[in-house]
Amino acid sequence: MWTWFYKLASPPYVYGVAAALMPWLLGGAALAMAYGLIAGLAVAPPDYQQGDAFRMIYVHVPGAILSLTVYMVMAAASAVALIWRIKVGHAVAAASAPIGASFALMALVTGSLWGRPMWGAYWAWDPRLTSELILLFIYIGVMSLRSAFEDPARGDRAAALLAVVGVVNVPIVHFSVVWWNSLHQGATIVKLGAPSMPGSMLWPLLSMWLGFMLFYGAVLCTRVQAEVLNRERQSAWVREAIKS
Amino acid sequence: MSVGAGQAFVLIVQRELCLSFRRPEQLFQPLVFFLIVTTLFPLGLSLQLSQLRDIAPGVLWVAALLSSLLSLDSLFKNDADDGTLEQLALSGQGLTLIVVAKTFAHWLVTGLALVVVSPIVATALDIPTTAFETMMLSLALGTLTLSWLGAIGAGLTIGLRRGNVLLSLIVLPLATPLLIFGAAATERAISGTSTAGALYFLAALCVFTCTLAPFAATAALRITLE
Amino acid sequence: MMSNFWSMGGYARYVWPCFGFAGVVLAWNLWAARRLLTGARLRSARALAMAAGDVR
Repeated sequence: MWTWFYKLASPPYVYGVAAALMPWLLGGAALAMAYGLIAGLAVAPPDYQQGDAFRMIYVHVPGAILSLTVYMVMAAASAVALIWRIKVGHAVAAASAPIGASFALMALVTGSLWGRPMWGAYWAWDPRLTSELILLFIYIGVMSLRSAFEDPARGDRAAALLAVVGVVNVPIVHFSVVWWNSLHQGATIVKLGAPSMPGSMLWPLLSMWLGFMLFYGAVLCTRVQAEVLNRERQSAWVREAIKS
Repeated sequence: MSVGAGQAFVLIVQRELCLSFRRPEQLFQPLVFFLIVTTLFPLGLSLQLSQLRDIAPGVLWVAALLSSLLSLDSLFKNDADDGTLEQLALSGQGLTLIVVAKTFAHWLVTGLALVVVSPIVATALDIPTTAFETMMLSLALGTLTLSWLGAIGAGLTIGLRRGNVLLSLIVLPLATPLLIFGAAATERAISGTSTAGALYFLAALCVFTCTLAPFAATAALRITLE
Repeated sequence: MMSNFWSMGGYARYVWPCFGFAGVVLAWNLWAARRLLTGARLRSARALAMAAGDVR
């Protein structure tokens, strides 16, 4: 089993695995999201407090969860790349950053549209919203730092360090609703004990969460292929790989 | 003749202070910037003096943040430009010690200077003198934390084109908790409520940063220098 | 019943742009990733051709 881990450090192996996995991940994502959307938009009953507006949860919550998850993946890949000098880690981190940033933006915009009918305002300087905005800024900082270096290897390492340093923000985003009096709703799924949401509303949400995760996996595969190619352009295996 | 770690620390701090005072204008510029930025807010918002007190903590802290960012550039850049930084790295004293000494010296002439000047700015913003103690303590803790966050950012951006902008882009999001709690502490001191919570949090942030940031800053320098 | 679906209980002007934006983000991700990979493959092919001596 450990030989599999060693193989993951090999760029051509990762390229091949990513190419093979991608269609399955995308297909799975499409199925999960199809069920989630149909059940969430048409089947689940309207909320007694929020009416049909609550349905925005089906893109807002998965988007927000993913923005944090992707950051953790990016930070972990960066740490692996820095500590063990495994270049594939940099490829994964570089590939994840734009995806995570787009999810953070999705969380902020969908949340804003949800906030307007519910709280009466498109924005509030509330701990969770603010820390999610900061997460977006950190993503942008990591991407800007990587591209500012003329030597791409050095840019990778600098961006990796910043990604690891910025990980302190992730628990702040998650626990902000616990630590401060927040306008934003508290944790309903990722918490100890049973989720505080009825099944008909919960299952589509879990399905959308799964769908978004698989979607991230699929997009990550494509991006990692590109990032690996960009870092290994002169290598011998590339010739065969790009023929397919 | 080998030098012990404590001696090396003192020597480097002395060197930094000596270099800083050789050109005192460089020391005054961030302080003047601090004063100017603080005056921009009341002028731009055209507030009565009585209303200033409401925005004072925030204005003070934003101005302190921005002036600190300005001076961070000089932390490593001058030494990196003339090769001294590499010599220091090769000196065998351990890069972390050098980074700690340089950052501490930098805080002495920038952050601490801000703390000393802050009563003047506070008076201009109609902050009552009863709040000064909390304000200065929070600024001292905050600027120290900021010097360390800035050391990480400066280490990552030495020698980059428009490194200044990138440095701000990196440091400011990480510094927002500082801003929130520092302004909260000052604001509570003004209104007379208990400042203990905010100050403890600031102190915790400071300790957290001062223990971990040296390693991150050293790693950043190694990435840039190698 | 379908009109109830479209009007989303009166919240249509928030709900549909919300899902619309989410869809745009997902679509952008697919488009941008594909574009990145195509570009990388092109550049690799070009680099390999130059290394092999077909310099233009």
